[in-house]
Amino acid sequence: MDELLQHIVNAVMLGATYALLGIGLTLIFGIMRVVNFTHGELYAFGGYMIFMLTAMLGVNFYLALLGALVLGIVLGAVIELVLLRPMRGADIDTTMLIMIGCWIVLQNTEQMIWGGVAKSIVSPLPGEPLVFGPISVAWLRVFVFVAAALLIAGTYALIHRTKLGKAMRATFQDRDTAALMGVNVSAINTATFALGSGLAAAAGALLGAVFVITPTMGDLAALKAFAIVILGGLGSITGATIGGFILAFAEEMGAGYVSSGYRDAMGFLLIIVVLLFKPTGLFARAERIG
Amino acid sequence: MNARASSAALSIEHVSVHFGGLVAISDMTFNVNEGELVSLIGPNGAGKTTAFNVVTGFLAPTRGDVRYRGVSLNGLKSHEVANLGLVRTFQKTSVFGANTVFDNVLMGLHRHGTSSVWETLLNLKRVREEEAKLRNEARQILDFVGLAARADELGAALPYGEQRLLEVAVALAAKPTLLLLDEPVSGMNASETASFIELLTRIRQRDVTVLLVEHDMQLVMNVSDRIVVLNYGKIIAEGPPALIQNDPEVIRAYLGQGIGLHRA
Amino acid sequence: MKRAVPLFWLALLASVPLWLGDAYFLHVLITTGIFTIAAMSLNLLLGYTGQLSLGHVAFFGIGAYASALTSLGFDAHFFGIRVVHEPWPAVVGLAVGIVIAGLCGYAIGKLSFKVRGAYFVIVTISFAEVTRLVALNWVELTQGPLALNNIPPFTLAFPGLGEYTLWGKVPNYYVVLSVGALAYLVIRRLVLSRIGRAMIALRENEPLATSLGIDVTRFLVLAAVISAGIAGAAGALYAHFVRIIDPDIFLFIYTVTMVIMVITGGKGTLAGPLVGGLIFGMLPVVLRAYTSPVAQWIIYGVLMILVVFFLPRGIVPAVRERWAKR
Repeated sequence: MDELLQHIVNAVMLGATYALLGIGLTLIFGIMRVVNFTHGELYAFGGYMIFMLTAMLGVNFYLALLGALVLGIVLGAVIELVLLRPMRGADIDTTMLIMIGCWIVLQNTEQMIWGGVAKSIVSPLPGEPLVFGPISVAWLRVFVFVAAALLIAGTYALIHRTKLGKAMRATFQDRDTAALMGVNVSAINTATFALGSGLAAAAGALLGAVFVITPTMGDLAALKAFAIVILGGLGSITGATIGGFILAFAEEMGAGYVSSGYRDAMGFLLIIVVLLFKPTGLFARAERIG
Repeated sequence: MNARASSAALSIEHVSVHFGGLVAISDMTFNVNEGELVSLIGPNGAGKTTAFNVVTGFLAPTRGDVRYRGVSLNGLKSHEVANLGLVRTFQKTSVFGANTVFDNVLMGLHRHGTSSVWETLLNLKRVREEEAKLRNEARQILDFVGLAARADELGAALPYGEQRLLEVAVALAAKPTLLLLDEPVSGMNASETASFIELLTRIRQRDVTVLLVEHDMQLVMNVSDRIVVLNYGKIIAEGPPALIQNDPEVIRAYLGQGIGLHRA
Repeated sequence: MKRAVPLFWLALLASVPLWLGDAYFLHVLITTGIFTIAAMSLNLLLGYTGQLSLGHVAFFGIGAYASALTSLGFDAHFFGIRVVHEPWPAVVGLAVGIVIAGLCGYAIGKLSFKVRGAYFVIVTISFAEVTRLVALNWVELTQGPLALNNIPPFTLAFPGLGEYTLWGKVPNYYVVLSVGALAYLVIRRLVLSRIGRAMIALRENEPLATSLGIDVTRFLVLAAVISAGIAGAAGALYAHFVRIIDPDIFLFIYTVTMVIMVITGGKGTLAGPLVGGLIFGMLPVVLRAYTSPVAQWIIYGVLMILVVFFLPRGIVPAVRERWAKR
């Protein structure tokens, strides 16, 4: 029972960061119809940025976190402007291939700059865990959970409370009509990609502080982000949030009760099973075909 | 028309289609007899294309049954419907644009080849003979519709009117016993329409039953044996052209749309 | 005439070991050949049916593992039942590899053609990732990260003359060339037939194709099975040539390599994967002198982006167009 409780707490802590990762990807897919293979690299980028800022430049940890988010937004905007904007109107497979190319370039550039050795980050949070009876949680995990939750809430507010968010929702509903109504779809695309990338970088910075930072950390992150988005249904933000928690639970339970070696397989098995029974994901409205 | 003219080939029985709360078709019942040419007309949004999609298996009816030669089409996939001999064209021009006109027709002939995968991989004599036979048939079909000169051009490269002809050629290649044409002459000029009417006559001489959806009233009045008029998803009239032209309810439905039934 | 061109190339390729003395170069040609076969198989799915399978390396890896295990023998538990397998010849392993990869292709085909587009892509990636994790964790069968070592090479048995083991590079070169030629022939016969036309029809215009009586599931599953089988053959060749395989064989990057080969050469053309395979198989040899493997990957990525931007249909169709214009 205690063990189960501990697993549940762990899953909730992890789930928030997963949700953050998934929301960025689902926004980009929903609004731009781009399957973003660079998402994992933006996540790794966030990890390296917080490492660079704290360990090399001596920036305060919390400020560095903000810095990673901002730099992620900037890199995302650049990628969109250089690689995606000229390709607007191309079919989904074409942009997917460009994103794969970009992913390879980003990952190997990281490898070239930072080398293959894992980097770790020293956080200013107390080392001894927070203990509630039989359950213990590291303070850092609590902080990461709170930060991720705040970012998710911020994204919701942006989407539902601001003019930009309204334009994004309109573009999501119907890109052509939105354009006719005066929405600058190009600008929305850039903003979306930048926002999604920033969220991925923030997730990378947060989890980078918990685990270690390696050039290939983005691969698994990207695949997990896809899993989360699939579970929630492509394009659904609420779905991605819930999907993030579902994946975290599945992994935590899989690692705890099946075999720790199969922790990372849980997400993919979940995808296959979900798609077998509900081909549009758990929470999406049916995608229109044709 | 011919010996089987009196028996119902296609029967649509109490078919309703709902999209969420919207009723696209409500309780539609009509028959198309063997060898007949029946037109389905109605103002825009009357449910004609929906009816078409139901008959060809692209859409499952909410209620009711569609039967062809006694076989229920309920739950059949569109390729299974095609294999019963019901072949359709599309309202929006639909050809294999990146393939040559000749290959378009060969693709249409698909269901008349029977070579298995193993036979094909071993390139048996039977396979080569079948391929030669199919190519021969493709040439004949292109001759029949008058596109033989275009055989080597890409589908997408044809002018609009000829693309519509190619669509019909591809559909004919599948050897339908019931051909369903969805606005075949929309976008054609007068002379193209005239030659299409002539083509339609020749198609019917091959014992093909035709269900036509069309806006061009002159064409409809000219070629139809019988006309079914839909409005707001309901059949409001049914009968031979002469009767439909003078039906007050039909005139009222069309007047609302500002389209004259007698328009040249 | 149409037949003469491939035969000319085959003869040229067959003559290579006669005039090429460089063993390293021959080694590169063999691995290039193996990956080209995999790229050819991917092209059947990606190019002819239009389904972007990004888990293709799974079939390659399954073929490699199945063939290696068949020829090495194993003693492992399948769902609690102990299975002991005595080693069989490598050629049998090749056949087993093809069949098992093909069966997986059938399962994935059936499963994922229910879902299309982006979903299909992600299902295929997930499948590959699951197979990698199984290879990594089923230590009893696969040795996990310790790799399967000493995989026996192919042997040729002549009745009455005894057995001849293909140790060297030259015999392996001919094995790869033969399998490659056979795979090419299979794909060529298929795509130029009524079956291939049905696949192309589905790629070009699915509603129209189905309205003509073409069964989507049947032809897409068929393409997946044959494609997976050929990829499995390539994997088996790899296993018996390199003689050591580990779970990294399932890495996504290998799928990407195949995709780059197909896209660069020209998807949906018979020559495309051959051209792309040759370019990206040989490129490391050229680049090796100047750059690190990391920089080489960066160049791959940049090339891939450039090709999609400027030669979206690939080299072969572009060259063909240029040719036709003259």
